Amino acid sequence: MMLDGKIPAGPLTEKWTQYKSTMPIVAPNNKRNIEVIVVGTGLAGAAAAASLGELGYAVKCFTFHDSPRRAHSIAAQGGINAAKNYRNDGDSTWRLFYDTIKGGDYRAREANVYRLAEVSASIIDQAVAQGVPFAREYGGLLENRSFGGVQVSRTFYARGQTGQQLLIGAYQSLSRQIALGSVEMHNRHEMLDVVLVDGKARGIIARNLVTGKLERFGAHAVVLATGGYGNVFYLSTNAMNCNVTAAWRAVRRGAYMANPCFTQIHPTCIPQYGEYQSKLTLMSESLRNDGRVWVPKKKEDAQAIREGRKKATDIAETDRDYFLERRYPAFGNLVPRDVASRAAKVACDEGLGIVPTGLGVFLDFASAIERYGKSKANSMGLHNPERPKIIELGEEVVKEKYGNLFEMYEKITGEDPYKMPMKIYPAVHYTMGGLWVDYNLETNVPGLFAAGECNFSDHGANRLGASALMQGLADGYFVLPYTIGTYLANDIRTPKFDTNREEFAATEKEVRERLDSLLGVQGTQSVESFHRRLGKIMWDYCGMSRTAEGLTKARTMIRELREAFYKDVFVPGSANEFNPELEKAHRVADFLEMGELMILDALNRNESCGGHFREEFQTPEGEADRDDDNYAYVAAWEYKGWGEDPTLHKEPLIFNDVHPSKRSYK
Amino acid sequence: MQTMKLTLKIWRQSGPNDKGRLETYPVEANEHMSFLEMLDVLNESLINDRKTPVAFEHDCREGICGTCNMVINGQPHGPMGGTTTCQLHMRHFKDGDTIVIEPFRARAFPVIRDLVVDREAFDRIIQAGGYVSVNAGQAQDANAIPIEKETASRAFDAAACIGCGACVAACPNASAMLFVSAKISHLALLPQGKVEAKKRVQAMVNQMDLEGFGMCSNVTACEAECPKGISVENIARMNREYLSSTLGSEVQG
Repeated sequence: MMLDGKIPAGPLTEKWTQYKSTMPIVAPNNKRNIEVIVVGTGLAGAAAAASLGELGYAVKCFTFHDSPRRAHSIAAQGGINAAKNYRNDGDSTWRLFYDTIKGGDYRAREANVYRLAEVSASIIDQAVAQGVPFAREYGGLLENRSFGGVQVSRTFYARGQTGQQLLIGAYQSLSRQIALGSVEMHNRHEMLDVVLVDGKARGIIARNLVTGKLERFGAHAVVLATGGYGNVFYLSTNAMNCNVTAAWRAVRRGAYMANPCFTQIHPTCIPQYGEYQSKLTLMSESLRNDGRVWVPKKKEDAQAIREGRKKATDIAETDRDYFLERRYPAFGNLVPRDVASRAAKVACDEGLGIVPTGLGVFLDFASAIERYGKSKANSMGLHNPERPKIIELGEEVVKEKYGNLFEMYEKITGEDPYKMPMKIYPAVHYTMGGLWVDYNLETNVPGLFAAGECNFSDHGANRLGASALMQGLADGYFVLPYTIGTYLANDIRTPKFDTNREEFAATEKEVRERLDSLLGVQGTQSVESFHRRLGKIMWDYCGMSRTAEGLTKARTMIRELREAFYKDVFVPGSANEFNPELEKAHRVADFLEMGELMILDALNRNESCGGHFREEFQTPEGEADRDDDNYAYVAAWEYKGWGEDPTLHKEPLIFNDVHPSKRSYK
Repeated sequence: MQTMKLTLKIWRQSGPNDKGRLETYPVEANEHMSFLEMLDVLNESLINDRKTPVAFEHDCREGICGTCNMVINGQPHGPMGGTTTCQLHMRHFKDGDTIVIEPFRARAFPVIRDLVVDREAFDRIIQAGGYVSVNAGQAQDANAIPIEKETASRAFDAAACIGCGACVAACPNASAMLFVSAKISHLALLPQGKVEAKKRVQAMVNQMDLEGFGMCSNVTACEAECPKGISVENIARMNREYLSSTLGSEVQG
């Protein structure tokens, strides 16, 4: 099947405006009778549910959390990009578009990315109007900072809690619609399947997590805003409950999964320290504005640090390798995430790692503290201040900028990052791949939409920092509320769906059987132990660096693990009660299938681009070697049945307005 | 790595109708674990013994989502100030310790199972008025209204609330005043939220009372236990807002 991205005609810069003005829409009196299901209440889901409610649709919204204020968007620290050009530093819609396309290593659709850049400014307007307390300057106007992969300051932020503040903004708007009755909110409900009627998505089966009861919900359209699949790696910066189930269940019903091997490894996370560890903690990319990444030049110094015989501060300036600054002088410490992560891996592979496991590098604020201290002293009229005074003033400035991040670091590690450099290592953070969607954010299953991290659409093979919040809110506030109308306009005569229909009953029965089969194994190994093993396979063979040989091996390992899972997993309790282990078992079962698809996709893509680095395809300097002649396409995978190989569908990526060039940050 | 042997006394309650009781479990931990990782270890061993694991809520494990909630040795989120349970580390405990773990207790937070409670009352209070009435697309340019840095910063301090409910659990009256006042302050301090401030404070306070939270008697345990350092000054501001909203206001009656 040929995949049609449904990209509107016309010049790139006018596509969205023209399309919006001419697309079919639904009249207010009809909207009241049209039901839309939104699954997920992160930035994309909460914003979409609120906006659709504001428009007058009858919305049903679902979250597995106890409240729609908890989704993992909340943990985003650093900021949100927008092409406001408030700094007068040459930013524009075009530049944000270009940075994003290039940052994604030319593996995203031009038209989608341009639209994203176009609506970015409205997001900031909307958030401020909701009362989001962004950082401000003394003049009362909004402050900005820089993120990786760009040369302007376009990142808006709210201390180190930008995600929380934006999510609370969306949650407040959603709460208002709940109060007005336009959104019916279902907390503690997990979607376990999508219901198709005549090939169209017309509802979901959700499990009430308190009672265990399976419940049926019908609607004219279903929106999945259920996040990414980073937890397939077990250890990641994702929240513990992030999972792929909603998206994977859609795949099992015919939706295509696009570019699943495009996963983002974030360079600045607190390194792993033990076998019991349940997750990894991100340190915001904003820290690379002022932090310098380094390892010792000499292996013996690195070893001495690992063994606790030396400290970072014992290493002379001349014996340090600030490897990002050395390798990428134009962008320095602010290279994109994929580049920074790989460089850290290379340093550690050479034996220069500085934590006991060997997997860690320094992120050092000493120069920034000194620089800020001097500048603060100057502004206070202090001439020739003593060094301790400079450090004291500098630490104050750094505290104002990154205080809560430094606190978080100290809480977790017990070390004071004002005095000693942070220790960091890359960790799984985000997934660029996701459900295939067209320009309308509609999957290939009619009436099934995907928004936010759940879709594949905007970030190509690597996402730039501070762009996930931007995309989630763009989809939710400003794209989906329009584009869903193109589908629903044909449905104004369709009555509400009776959930007693055969299709709902049959799907519910399948879900029940699936849960019963998980409970029925009564084996000897915990769900957690399987998840841990899956994560290790994925990280070892489908992580920062991949080879055909390793991937082939990993595929066999995953299949064996899956077999063992269905033979020997132990899930306590029953399906008719509050049972977190059962929830987890279902999620891990789906991860075991998703993992194999990621491996297949990585095997298929015989090139290196963005976060997908195949060792066989690199330049002599060790940079990613992209193959535009053969791989400038979206790989969309169709599920073909248990144990069958999926079918690959290709959507060619056509670049009319930017010319894919070698991505260089040197 | 030092191993510590601990005795846990954990509240077990199979559902809202069960009376519930403390049960004792031995567990081995080490100083690098987080508190929740220590509970993961306990649950793993319970599962391996084919027993029912302890139900507790958690998600981000970064101290920001507000999902985790438990009372540890009598203190919501445990002994460390400014820390959620998920960010509490075992290096703050020592070998041989006995740790008592209970759910957040309040009439308005009924127990679902073990340490899991229902906090939807907080959602309903926000639904009563904890928002600015602005639809997507209605906003003017973000820099159209300058806001004094200090004011924005104070609004942020209030907005840092993660909605975990520790303030309620800490309060002898199970009052929700700190939570409610944080939202009221956050929005009332900003020009965008000022427009609806009077209506908001009345609606939210009324809903708070309907939910069965207790009254504030200035114990200020809420501030002491708040993992995000929300100040009781917000309660004073809410009381002022509430009082002034009832004086000569068109929204009264």
